[in-house]
Amino acid sequence: MNALSRSLDDFRELMRRDQVFDLVNRSARNDTVDMSHGVALYLEGITKSFDGFRALDDLTLYIGDGELRCIIGPNGAGKTTLMDVITGKTRPDEGSAWFGSNMDLLRLKEHEVAQRGIGRKFQKPTVYENHTVFENLELAMHADRGLVTSLTWRLSGEQHDRIGEILELIGLTARRDTEAGLLSHGQKQWLEIGSLLMQNPRLLLVDEPVAGMSGQETEATAELLTSLAGKHSVVVVEHDMDFVRSIARQVTVLHQGSVLAEGSMDQVQNAPRVREVYLGEEE
Amino acid sequence: MCKTAWTHRWSLLLLILLALPGSGAMADTALDQAEERVEELDQDDDEAIEDQLAAVEERDLAPGTAEVLSRLATADRRELQAAMEDIAGLQDADALPTLFALQDRRLYYTEDGTLIIENPQDGSLREATTGRERADLSSGDLAQPRLTNVVRRTLRPTIGALQIFSDDPQARLAAADELAERPRPEMRDAITEALERETAAETDRLLNIALAQLDLDSDDDARRLEAVQIIAEVRANRLRSDLEALTRMDDDGNYLEPVAEIREAAAAGVEAIDRRARFAGFASDFVYGMSMGSVLLLAAMGLAIVFGLMGVINMAHGELLMVGAYTTFMTQSLFALFAPQWFQYYLIAAVPLAFVVTAGVGILMERGVIRFLYNRPLETLLATWGISLILIQSVRWMFGAQNVAVASPPWFSGSVQIMQGVTLSTSRVGVILFAIFVVALVWFLMNRTRLGLEVRAVMQNRDMAAALGVPAKRVDMWTFAVGAGVAGLGGVALSQIVNVGPEMGQNYIVDSFMVVVLGGVGNLLGPVFSALGIGVTTKFLEPATGAVLATILVFAAIILFIQWRPQGIFALKGRSADD
Amino acid sequence: MQPQTALSRVGRLHTRTAWLILVALAVLALVVVPVLNLVVPPDHPLHMPGWMVTLAGRFLCLALVALALDLIWGYTGILSLGHGVFFAMGGYVMGAHLTRVAYDDGRLPNFLQWLDYSDWPWYWAGFDSFLFTLVMIGLVPGILAFIFGFLAFRSRVRGVYFAIITQALTFGGMHLFFRTETGFGGDTGLTNFDTLLGFELGTPGSRLALFWVSAATLITAYLLCRWIVTSKLGRVMTAIRDAETRLRFTGYDPLRYKLFVWVVSAVLCGVAGALYVPQTGVINPSEMAPPASIEMAIWVALGGRGTLVGAIVGAGIVNVVKTWATSAYPDLWLYILGAMFIGVTLFLPKGVVGVLGMLRRRRGGEA
Repeated sequence: MNALSRSLDDFRELMRRDQVFDLVNRSARNDTVDMSHGVALYLEGITKSFDGFRALDDLTLYIGDGELRCIIGPNGAGKTTLMDVITGKTRPDEGSAWFGSNMDLLRLKEHEVAQRGIGRKFQKPTVYENHTVFENLELAMHADRGLVTSLTWRLSGEQHDRIGEILELIGLTARRDTEAGLLSHGQKQWLEIGSLLMQNPRLLLVDEPVAGMSGQETEATAELLTSLAGKHSVVVVEHDMDFVRSIARQVTVLHQGSVLAEGSMDQVQNAPRVREVYLGEEE
Repeated sequence: MCKTAWTHRWSLLLLILLALPGSGAMADTALDQAEERVEELDQDDDEAIEDQLAAVEERDLAPGTAEVLSRLATADRRELQAAMEDIAGLQDADALPTLFALQDRRLYYTEDGTLIIENPQDGSLREATTGRERADLSSGDLAQPRLTNVVRRTLRPTIGALQIFSDDPQARLAAADELAERPRPEMRDAITEALERETAAETDRLLNIALAQLDLDSDDDARRLEAVQIIAEVRANRLRSDLEALTRMDDDGNYLEPVAEIREAAAAGVEAIDRRARFAGFASDFVYGMSMGSVLLLAAMGLAIVFGLMGVINMAHGELLMVGAYTTFMTQSLFALFAPQWFQYYLIAAVPLAFVVTAGVGILMERGVIRFLYNRPLETLLATWGISLILIQSVRWMFGAQNVAVASPPWFSGSVQIMQGVTLSTSRVGVILFAIFVVALVWFLMNRTRLGLEVRAVMQNRDMAAALGVPAKRVDMWTFAVGAGVAGLGGVALSQIVNVGPEMGQNYIVDSFMVVVLGGVGNLLGPVFSALGIGVTTKFLEPATGAVLATILVFAAIILFIQWRPQGIFALKGRSADD
Repeated sequence: MQPQTALSRVGRLHTRTAWLILVALAVLALVVVPVLNLVVPPDHPLHMPGWMVTLAGRFLCLALVALALDLIWGYTGILSLGHGVFFAMGGYVMGAHLTRVAYDDGRLPNFLQWLDYSDWPWYWAGFDSFLFTLVMIGLVPGILAFIFGFLAFRSRVRGVYFAIITQALTFGGMHLFFRTETGFGGDTGLTNFDTLLGFELGTPGSRLALFWVSAATLITAYLLCRWIVTSKLGRVMTAIRDAETRLRFTGYDPLRYKLFVWVVSAVLCGVAGALYVPQTGVINPSEMAPPASIEMAIWVALGGRGTLVGAIVGAGIVNVVKTWATSAYPDLWLYILGAMFIGVTLFLPKGVVGVLGMLRRRRGGEA
């Protein structure tokens, strides 16, 4: 029954006049997120179990507007599940998740979450391997995502410039027309970050951005991420402690699906509970 | 490295292509011979029961029996009839050969009144009462009892009456059935007598019905009541109308049955019979559904391993079933040619053979084609489809485009009564049992052997398993071989219930995939439940919609079901199953 | 869009050379073939007999099927093993029209009489009108595809699972139409057509006209597909094929795009079926047999996935070989077809067109 009503909902969604006939509503839908309270993301009491295993356990977390936050934690702490919940991939069993003060993330599907300004970078770099670097960025560009628009779509000069800017930023201008599949691992990571920026998101979720990067690339990434903070809110999940130390102002430690500690890197590192979890020290 | 793999592929492919038609030509002539033998052996079994009962052996009859029998040596039909009634009263099955001889006009008598039976096979003559051979006589000189129609009519029930005393339970059952259908008042005593001796439940039930039917017309109220109660108790469907008649009124508004107690018992009996009929209908649908589900399961089990565990889309799966079925056919032919005395056990030998042969074909497929296509599932799909076409054409080449005859051994034909009104052919029951065997076998292979352990390790984390020294590629090969072998076992089962022909596999490919998709990949319980579920659902739908529409509805239901649970009935939940 | 930009958009579908080749092929099909058939005298070696025109027309229909399949498989990465059902739906719609035209004197075909109908049943209504039929040719496969696609894509059935349930779809369709009670002629299907739009089928003129329409349709469909794949929609399609999850998290709803391409593909397939039926004179449920649909996949794979041209080339090659082999070496055909399936997947994953492209690039690189 539930499935049926869900199908019906989807069907209604699909038949929405403003979406089927994009001509009726040409401009990208303009539901801007309300961050007047200075908070970008509210997660409250989120619980999610898989077959009895609690991946997230009554987790509460707030991310401020323009904040750069690092999330660390041992394997299985629930970091990826947390990302999944925010981006609509996984629905929590309990709890609430709001983007700004006016968007209930739990009612949105993945693509809607993305359209409203949450960008996500995966652990494994995923780019469209058979598209050129330029096309990758073009597809990610913040614009109307309608079907009919896509048939008649042409880039404006302004949009061209924007792509050029990002190409410059991620250092791939020379490889503009290379198929993305031919890029090196690090370049793919950068291209994905570039795509993320093209989306012009208010909140970026970045999962292990420096995995497989050289020292130099890592430094550049750290620089980029810190420069983004302020304009965007950024959440970084990372294992590399040096990297976290180099960028983080605020760190959240996850353990067994809930927040173990929160604060500056030093505070967190000295918290006895964190030491216990990470180093196995007895109290 | 790349170069060698390239040439390697070609040479294997060529090898497969060349080997098949070659062996076909050689097998051709031998096959024709084998087919003839199979037919002969098959026919021998049919008349076995009658022959056995009609056989005349060297032995002495009981003196009483001998005396009554010898009264058959007469030309007078009145006397003949009287003699026959007495024979019926004898309750001695030893008189049967003589009666069969009379029925077939093989009974003679000499001038001194000695009964002589002619052997139908070689025409030799023997004395009916002693079984001594009489080489001195010839049938042309002997007189025969006159077999008029009246005599014939008495003969049949008389034989029946004697058969209920036979030592052969099959013969007794047949006789009891005949009696229940057409009971004769004069045989009431014989039936009572037989009832006392009878041990087989079904024969007992039929005799009771026969008796009750006789008593139903009795003038004695107590007897009538008892008869009604017996009928109700054994729930004899065939007497339902008789019972119902007892509850009716005639045109004048008088009950046909004067005694109220009997009327009530009759009404209760009708009700009980109807209840039983409804239940039997339900049960028979269910059991048929289970057997259909078992067939599906057997067809799909190999795929559940190959597709479910390895993720290989094997479109040649149906053809592996076919190879299994043809192996059964070959085994049958070999037995007919070289070991006719063991012929009826060929099916047992076919099981391991089919496993080995199809597993071999599976290994060729895996080494020759599939291993180059791991991680490219859609390509695997197309390549295995190509393999299936080649297999079909090769089998046509070897065995011809027509269906081949696979005879069920006698112990596998016939039927089993599960309960009153629910009979299932033995082969169907056998298939259910065989399905249980195959599931147990697969479970054993996967959970209790080294191979199974390695398979599970490789399927869960290939790199990790390889790092721990599990030879992942060899495991792939053996997993595929086992999957193919299990498909071969499915083929053995199919050969017993459907026609064996080159295209037989194509009928099962969609069904098999449906079973695995619905069941959910990666576990064995899923296919079991989905196959039985599909089978039972289809059978329950069939009366209302017809077979074709039932199949279509089940397909539609599966597609809708996938909406609800995209991962199948027994999905692996959690993050791992997400993408 | 203004007319001028629209025109320039069409111009940008191809490079200048490609346009020239396309126009040349169109002239060949639309002008040269009619001339060879009608003008050149029958005893001349260049004369094209009527049967060959019809055969070529049929191949063009199959090429259209391959084109449709390439759109959904080659570009969007969704392999359908059930396109036979859409082909057959288009075919049955056309067959229904031809049957009604053949029985316009109030009689009923035998298969309906046996079902005790005294008049055309409701699902046969309207097919006497050609216009209605034209609409239905698109609508019937389109709606079927929409419902099926919506259910499948919504629950994110992908890859081989999708391929398998499409196979079940066409398998179920075949069984449904095999039933006599379904009312479309059971296993014999619909046949005994005589006229279409008042023209007698089978005359040289009608044969040529059907060929001509098939060729024109194929060219139009090719341009339509080309337009789709060169637009941003085409890039989204390829993105769905390569990294659907990424696309979803970039804010696109793959459901809508997949469904659109799927329905377009099904409708094209239906159109092909509708054009095919008057040229073969029969439509029966065997068109929906799973093997027929799987064979379509090899047309695309052999020619080269994701190239459009490849699909057409592949359909041509396979069907020419099939026509030749099934009459010359009927026993060998399955071997040839089977070897094609295995050989293409193992050695020619990019298909004929892909290999040609590779060779050209290599030569270009050396020069």
